[in-house]
Amino acid sequence: MKVSEIANTLNLKLLSGAGGLDKEVNDVYICDLLSFVMSHASENSLWITVQTHINIVAIAVLIGISCIVIPESISVDEDTLLRAEKESIPIFTTPYTAYQLACRLRELGI
Amino acid sequence: MSETYTLSFNIKAMDFSAAGEASSTIKKVLMHLGMPPSVIKRAAVCSYESEMNIVIHSYGGTLTLSIDSSQVIINAIDIGPGIPDIEKAMEAGYSTAPEEIKEMGFGGGMGLPNIRDNADILEITSSSAGTNVKIVINIGG
Repeated sequence: MKVSEIANTLNLKLLSGAGGLDKEVNDVYICDLLSFVMSHASENSLWITVQTHINIVAIAVLIGISCIVIPESISVDEDTLLRAEKESIPIFTTPYTAYQLACRLRELGI
Repeated sequence: MSETYTLSFNIKAMDFSAAGEASSTIKKVLMHLGMPPSVIKRAAVCSYESEMNIVIHSYGGTLTLSIDSSQVIINAIDIGPGIPDIEKAMEAGYSTAPEEIKEMGFGGGMGLPNIRDNADILEITSSSAGTNVKIVINIGG
């Protein structure tokens, strides 16, 4: 399923990185420890994290993460959004908790 | 490719705004050269962890990528203060990172273990004058 289809269905709010909306999502990864994400997340994942600093974009680029979703409406640093725009990594925000979002993603068959 | 291709990056201590840029460039270079996906993934993990180690734990340093026909080599060289106990630093979960760094999601004590798991050869030398981490990834497997 494409990033844009997931975002539309779950009403995720796009903050940055519209250039990556056509990417495919095949998996979901939830973790806030960056080295753990780096070594365990798979390519084309949707990544749910409460980390909002600029380094999450570098991780996404390095692993080939399709998009990042920030749960519980946490605000995201401006420089993170600028980097995400440049690298075409979509960053979304949602009022859902990570668990609620994971359940909805499961319902979509991911 | 018979000649060695080399690319170096200066890494500043505690510069989190640029952290990950060198590794991202390394990944793009390897993709451009048509390296196998597994080599790219392993090099990405090793270069990222090395870059973050320099940012978090050193006074600054350089990250150098060298590629020849059979190997990808990443050298992370910093100017101190060194790793007091390399054996402990290789233990998963052991970290000397400050609390505020851990709150950002870094310093989980997984950097060097991640590098070890993804490298074919890992050599670390360290003193108070600096640390030299050499990572070799064989392109053929």
